[in-house]
Amino acid sequence: MDGEPPSRPPPRVNTAAGVEHLSQADLRVETHQVVTAEGTVEASRVPDLTDAQFRDLYRWLVLQRTFDERATKLQRRGQLGTYASGRGQEASIVGSAFALADDDWIFPAGREAAALLMHGVSMRDLLLYWRGVEDASRMEGANVFGVAIAIGSQMPMVTGKAWGMQLAGDDAVAVGYFGDGATSTGAFHEGVNFAGVLGVPAVFYCQNNQYAISLPFSEQTAADTVAQKALAYGVDGVRVDGNDVLAVYNAMSTARARARDGRPVLVESVTYRRGAHTTSDDPTRYREEEEVESWAARDPVDRYRTFLADRDLLDDVDEAAVREEVDEMFDEAVAAADDYPHRDVDEMFVHLYEEPTPELARQMEWYRDFLDDHPEMDEYVHQRERG
Amino acid sequence: MPRETIVQAVNDALHTEMAADDRTLVFGEDVARSGGVFRATDGLLEAFGEERVRDTPLSEIAIVGAAVGLATHGYRPIVEIQFSGFLPPAFDQLVSNASRIRWRTRGRLTAPMVVRTPYGAGVRALEHHSESLEAAYAHVPGLKVAIPSTPADAKGLLTSAIRDPDPVLFMEPKRVYRSFREEVPDGEHTVPLGEAAVRREGADVTVVSWGAMMHPTLEAVDKLGVDAEVVDLRSISPLDRETLLASVRKTGRCVVVHEAAKSGGFGAEVAATVAEDALLYLEAPLRRVTGFDVPVPLLSMEDYYPPQPPRIAAAIEETVEF
Ligand SMILES: Cc1ncc(C[n+]2csc(CCOP(=O)(O)OP(=O)(O)O)c2C)c(N)n1
Repeated sequence: MDGEPPSRPPPRVNTAAGVEHLSQADLRVETHQVVTAEGTVEASRVPDLTDAQFRDLYRWLVLQRTFDERATKLQRRGQLGTYASGRGQEASIVGSAFALADDDWIFPAGREAAALLMHGVSMRDLLLYWRGVEDASRMEGANVFGVAIAIGSQMPMVTGKAWGMQLAGDDAVAVGYFGDGATSTGAFHEGVNFAGVLGVPAVFYCQNNQYAISLPFSEQTAADTVAQKALAYGVDGVRVDGNDVLAVYNAMSTARARARDGRPVLVESVTYRRGAHTTSDDPTRYREEEEVESWAARDPVDRYRTFLADRDLLDDVDEAAVREEVDEMFDEAVAAADDYPHRDVDEMFVHLYEEPTPELARQMEWYRDFLDDHPEMDEYVHQRERG
Repeated sequence: MPRETIVQAVNDALHTEMAADDRTLVFGEDVARSGGVFRATDGLLEAFGEERVRDTPLSEIAIVGAAVGLATHGYRPIVEIQFSGFLPPAFDQLVSNASRIRWRTRGRLTAPMVVRTPYGAGVRALEHHSESLEAAYAHVPGLKVAIPSTPADAKGLLTSAIRDPDPVLFMEPKRVYRSFREEVPDGEHTVPLGEAAVRREGADVTVVSWGAMMHPTLEAVDKLGVDAEVVDLRSISPLDRETLLASVRKTGRCVVVHEAAKSGGFGAEVAATVAEDALLYLEAPLRRVTGFDVPVPLLSMEDYYPPQPPRIAAAIEETVEF
């Protein structure tokens, strides 16, 4: 060997060795459905709800749609900041929230207005949130965390909240809402893995609306589904037709039940964002109108209306009246938001620490005095230049 | 020379440098098809193709970490982080890998790469879209941090950043992305990293700033009628001590203006530099005009946060009259 290090052979493949590779091609991931796009109903799967509850579900679908339409218009008139609509995802939003209990905690991602309203947030506060009013992030009166604007960042907190629920012996679950884009973040993978190891009552609810801004799902991940990612972490996965409100309800109900038994679940709700990503996005740059239209045929509200009609429940729902009712609520909420008391600059400084640090207290006092002495500041503060 | 906005100048630099060097790659969320959320990468996909201009998954850690790996393989990655508020997950990659790969491998492997990111408040966006954490990045040994305030500098500094043999964080002041235009040299144009610019000469006070805050600073100075010298640092790491100190020695007074929170902000580094090497020239205490020690407020209160011309003017007056 002459002191030479041992040599190794050039890499070579022995196909006869029978090494087996796990492949997603070997995996069958079903998509749970109750009502097909054509309106056919799998009767055995229809959830056990009263007629009044079936009608309620419809009200919530209409409410989500109307809220989005009106909020988008308000934004256009300069009365809201950037707004993220859930258009197309109504069933996914409403069906999931309908399966939760008030004690559960929701970690929102931003598009699920109806879920937050159903969970107890007031419509006024939701509008104030989109107006960028700090107070609204309290989500007063509801077990709702602040919206996770940093995508994916809520996931480890969902796990921690669920852990706390388990330690405290609560009969509740923590539910993280997020999009397919969020499943590419490190926080998602660490959060789900951790939940799996701990065995805590967490439900990770992904609304796979096919896009993360301009990126289609096929480029977000090489995996065929989001649901299959659950297996890598030893938690359960469910894939559901997100435009089928009853199927979503089933999926979330079973996920919630399992989670309460200490088995976290990753739910993938397959749906489609029919609108722009937000009011500042231009979707024509990255997708074809035909594609958007093809999803109109799978419209969640229409599909559910067919179901109700088949059960003769639609006659009891005066559609025009529901819309009118929601419009009225919205008008009242806008008026209440407009009436929200004017806040002064102290708002910036409070709630950072329980006791402001001496430096912070000094800065606040200094600023108050400065604003008093310099009325011209208003001119600058109110000039609304954009970048 | 075309008149460009900052965002156009960034786009111009990217086009020019990608055409000049086919090792350059641009990737990040929404940079290809959509041309970036601010359109800074518009047209690159059409000009240079999918192999060199790529949309990526929503993965700040992987975007920055992969850039390090690519850079060690002879490529010149230029990545975009949509808003600097989403850079923190990737801070680990900057600190643990990008900034120290040369040092750790004793020069065998290096990471010539650029992380571009719009920073700062003032565009009425959502939470986490308004951060100005430049001091945190300037505190990382091995990482350079450049922050242009004008279109011509944006092109010149970005070009230098792309050609730089080390990792550079390039922070773009989105508040002034489109608010003014100036002539930007066609084709190749560089502004060296680590060289401040004297925007305005004066004898009475040195006002130091960078990025988005240059504009309210200049506005305040113009209105005051004080003979102020205005220094635009342009790169905070490396810091151009010579220009800074020469100016303070000349004027004997110094005011620092930045948007980020005061405590631990980069203004403290400027003040300490002046205290160390020009203290005896000072005729007045150095003043800092900064954001407050709080997260940037949401949009309804946002404009109360950054220094406005009246605040800057008051501090300059106080310093001059001391
Ligand atoms: C960590 C982080 N990176 C980037 C962004 C900018 N951004 C906002 S929403 C979004 C896409 C999110 O896609 P997805 O998670 O699928 O949710 P969707 O918007 O489709 O509901 C991006 C890239 C962000 N908010 N947070």
